[in-house]
Amino acid sequence: MKRKKSAAARLFRRGPWENLATAVIAAGVFMLMQPFSLWAFGWSFSVILVGTVGFVIVSHFPK
Amino acid sequence: MAGSTRSATNRAAAAATRFSAKLRGVSDASIAWIFIAPTILLLLAINIFPLLWTIYLSFTNFRANQPGRPVRWIGTRNYERLLGSEDIWGYLQATAHFVIWTMILQIALGFGLALLINRNFRGASFWTTIILIPMMLSPAVVGTFWTYIYQPQTGIFSYIIDFFAGTGALDMIGSVTLAPWSIIIVDTWMWTPYIMLLCLAGLRSIPDYLYEAAEIDRANALQKFWYITLPRVLPFLMLAVLFRGIENFKMFDLVVELTSGGPGSTTELASINLKREAFEKWRTGYSSAFAIILFVTIFGLGNIYVKVLNKVKS
Repeated sequence: MKRKKSAAARLFRRGPWENLATAVIAAGVFMLMQPFSLWAFGWSFSVILVGTVGFVIVSHFPK
Repeated sequence: MAGSTRSATNRAAAAATRFSAKLRGVSDASIAWIFIAPTILLLLAINIFPLLWTIYLSFTNFRANQPGRPVRWIGTRNYERLLGSEDIWGYLQATAHFVIWTMILQIALGFGLALLINRNFRGASFWTTIILIPMMLSPAVVGTFWTYIYQPQTGIFSYIIDFFAGTGALDMIGSVTLAPWSIIIVDTWMWTPYIMLLCLAGLRSIPDYLYEAAEIDRANALQKFWYITLPRVLPFLMLAVLFRGIENFKMFDLVVELTSGGPGSTTELASINLKREAFEKWRTGYSSAFAIILFVTIFGLGNIYVKVLNKVKS
């Protein structure tokens, strides 16, 4: 008999969250090196930091 | 003499027996910790402690050339200064220009060479060895001899370009417009073989029956490339892009040897400016903050790299 997964277990799965964190890191790296906006450059480090810390956290979520 | 040797051997054997008897009382986990402990201590001493110390320094006004000066905690001011500086923004754009163009050229040439070498023509292994030579050289050596190749009056590069295009003497390193391309050309020359090797590994892993099945289905060469070759090699290419991207983001030695960041600051990449701030201007706190920004960026990219690596493995 299959046991139903809880809502939290369904929500906190590694795959999609890792993809999200990867996208945030990639966006941060783009903001850091783009030639268009100094404002985006100013926020780039915060975005990369959030993505990287997020990635470390979500990589401990169950598969 | 023989008796004393025998007694020494007996003593050593007895000591070994006593040691193994003592070890028998120790759990497996403890033995594992005994073996791992030196490595962990070494890692803490040469990796973790400097990292934590750099993070601390990045929030201070510390200058390493004035050790007697009181160190003041200035919060995130170093980060604010860095992330609001148009100069730093410019250095990171120069880094981006370098990384993007080296990636484009190295992938195009590396993949092309891999496709050629994969045809297994006569002498393919000889040419593979020749192509791999630049990758095996030291960046300092490569930088030095390319400065000779780039000499406008006597260098072979300027001579060849002049011969075919009639441009006259080309000052690759001294020109503001050409200097960024001079470092891109040298890095591409040096690291294309690496991309070629990875792509070749991907190409060799494609089973022949896929192409045979495609032949039966009357697929043309372009379709075989698009539907079989490219998807099979793509994970290897991604790996190469990420690995070389991270390496080029940190690029220092080759560019210092070639242009030293000049002319002006045209080829001053982020890591070169970091070294200038830290060891020429002695703004240790400020440069620590810059180092942390670069570290977090590389760490973030490293996470993506590991993720792609796991995908390739699976």
